[in-house]
Amino acid sequence: MKIEKKIIRKDSLEKLFDKLRGSNHEVFAPMTRNGKLSYHPVDKFSEISDGYIQTTQSSKEVSFPRTEKLLDYSKNADGMHVKGIDPEQIPSVILWGVRPCDTMGIGQLSSIFNWDYKDEIYNNRLSKVTVFGFSCNKADEYCFCTSVNGNPGSTEGSDILFTMMGENGDYLAEIISEKGAAAAAAAPELFTEAGNAEKEKYLASVPVKFNREEIHDKLDKYFESPEWVEQSLKCIGCGACAYVCPTCACFDIQDEQHGKSGKRVRCWDSCGFSLFTLHTSGHNPREVQSARWRQRIMHKFSYMPDRLSVYGCTGCGRCSRACPADMNILEHLITIKEAAL
Amino acid sequence: MDELRKRAKELLEAGTVKVVIGYENGSAGKTRALFARNAAEADKLIFDSRCIMNLAAYLTKTEVKGIGKMAITAPLPAMRAIIQLASEFQVSDDKLMVLGLTPDAKMLEFKSLSEVEEYVHKSAIEIEAKYNEKLEKLNGMTPSERWNFWIGELSPCFKCYACRAACPMCYCHKCTVEFNQPQWIPVPSDDLGNLEWHMMRAIHLAGRCVDCDACYNACPLGIPLNLLTKRMLIDAKEYFGGYQPSIKADHLMSTYKPGDKDNFIM
Repeated sequence: MKIEKKIIRKDSLEKLFDKLRGSNHEVFAPMTRNGKLSYHPVDKFSEISDGYIQTTQSSKEVSFPRTEKLLDYSKNADGMHVKGIDPEQIPSVILWGVRPCDTMGIGQLSSIFNWDYKDEIYNNRLSKVTVFGFSCNKADEYCFCTSVNGNPGSTEGSDILFTMMGENGDYLAEIISEKGAAAAAAAPELFTEAGNAEKEKYLASVPVKFNREEIHDKLDKYFESPEWVEQSLKCIGCGACAYVCPTCACFDIQDEQHGKSGKRVRCWDSCGFSLFTLHTSGHNPREVQSARWRQRIMHKFSYMPDRLSVYGCTGCGRCSRACPADMNILEHLITIKEAAL
Repeated sequence: MDELRKRAKELLEAGTVKVVIGYENGSAGKTRALFARNAAEADKLIFDSRCIMNLAAYLTKTEVKGIGKMAITAPLPAMRAIIQLASEFQVSDDKLMVLGLTPDAKMLEFKSLSEVEEYVHKSAIEIEAKYNEKLEKLNGMTPSERWNFWIGELSPCFKCYACRAACPMCYCHKCTVEFNQPQWIPVPSDDLGNLEWHMMRAIHLAGRCVDCDACYNACPLGIPLNLLTKRMLIDAKEYFGGYQPSIKADHLMSTYKPGDKDNFIM
């Protein structure tokens, strides 16, 4: 559908929230806990944080929970019994306050879950999500969306994109999809005509630092570079980068069994862990941290574009903000860009 | 600072060490680890109150050890961690030199780990006063209140294991959480999986944790994990006369003697 532009007053956002919250939607929005911002189910509009540059965790958990039951099983005299997930039980969700780098990440994550096998549970969850993107009016030194084909006001992945017009101003609402139109229809009285309103002048400035295609091409000849060791000496091998990343999709399957019944669970996993590639024989093809760091960059900027025709990085900068060792992906990508090969 | 840089350069130029592990300026006003392998890199060394990561965590890392003999710039918590690591045979004089740092960034030169130990033994590990209120509140809770407190605090944990990775004492190549035959600790990041993981880690640190807060500082979700280890320090004092890392002394929690009382078993 053609993007429809409307205006919604700042003080009408709460009314929109209340209408949607009251119409069998769960609303996931950024909330602060222990000084960190993450998406949580929110009951009251006043609980939602605003004014943030980026949340600590991405919003991917709404379609790809960190721990997700795939099926229940039990065994008795008749044999094995398996009960899958009823898609009807999956709630309808409004994902509120998502930055354009995260909304862009939804497509990247989905391409992994639909590469060869179409992941039914993931797709079912995502089909119930309506994405309320919020443009960025400020950025920090970790942001690099414009280097990976994003921008602070991108509509990609949003069902409605809200852009605040000036400090404490009203919002330009771009209604992008059928889902977005349905959500807006819950309170049509709150939206007025936008006239000639444009969002560009209100958007954050994010300088372009590199071009993702040039990183992709460089990586073809960069596999053996000593720079991987150089970059990753300080990497301590945790999974913080992968877990806060909007596009990291690796998981582990576990059977949690008690007696003769149990559940099969999908749990987040990370290529940064040494155990991730450890073979039963004891051999580990990615034996040291530099091989694991290389995998992370290669996967996002080489393997994904080659296999899936999408990149695996949205330039949100979360991995760098969250890294306890101050690994900085933007610095590393610039090093790769500038490498003489 | 000039003193530290000068000494680091001397050590590197003379080939006494292959790498000096220290701090440098990082992104957004943070600091990060520096692995200086030549004089020019040693010029980037810094030390100030922002340098909170415990660099002793790098001493057991394969690729860092692979560079050759190491020197490390170490404030008191890192020195304590180094002595604990020495007592566990993870570091030794032939592979490591310690350039100690006082809180006001004065360099302390040590000829051996025994001298580091002497310095460390001049002061006991003291829990920062700002934690007293929280720890007392926890202590005053009923077991079920405390259970609910920890289930709540640990609920955001997504098991990235940054706490483990940042901890100098968590150097096992295979952690208990990674054993799957049998699976001791549930893998999912749910109530029980998170609680069992953090309790298991805390108990493995009893009588080993030097109270450096690296776990808490590393947690991307701000979970107050250090309340668990601080509680154990209090218990170590109450039941075992206190914990002080020592190269040769018996370990507080993992030393068995034939004369130990075993009346608590049955």
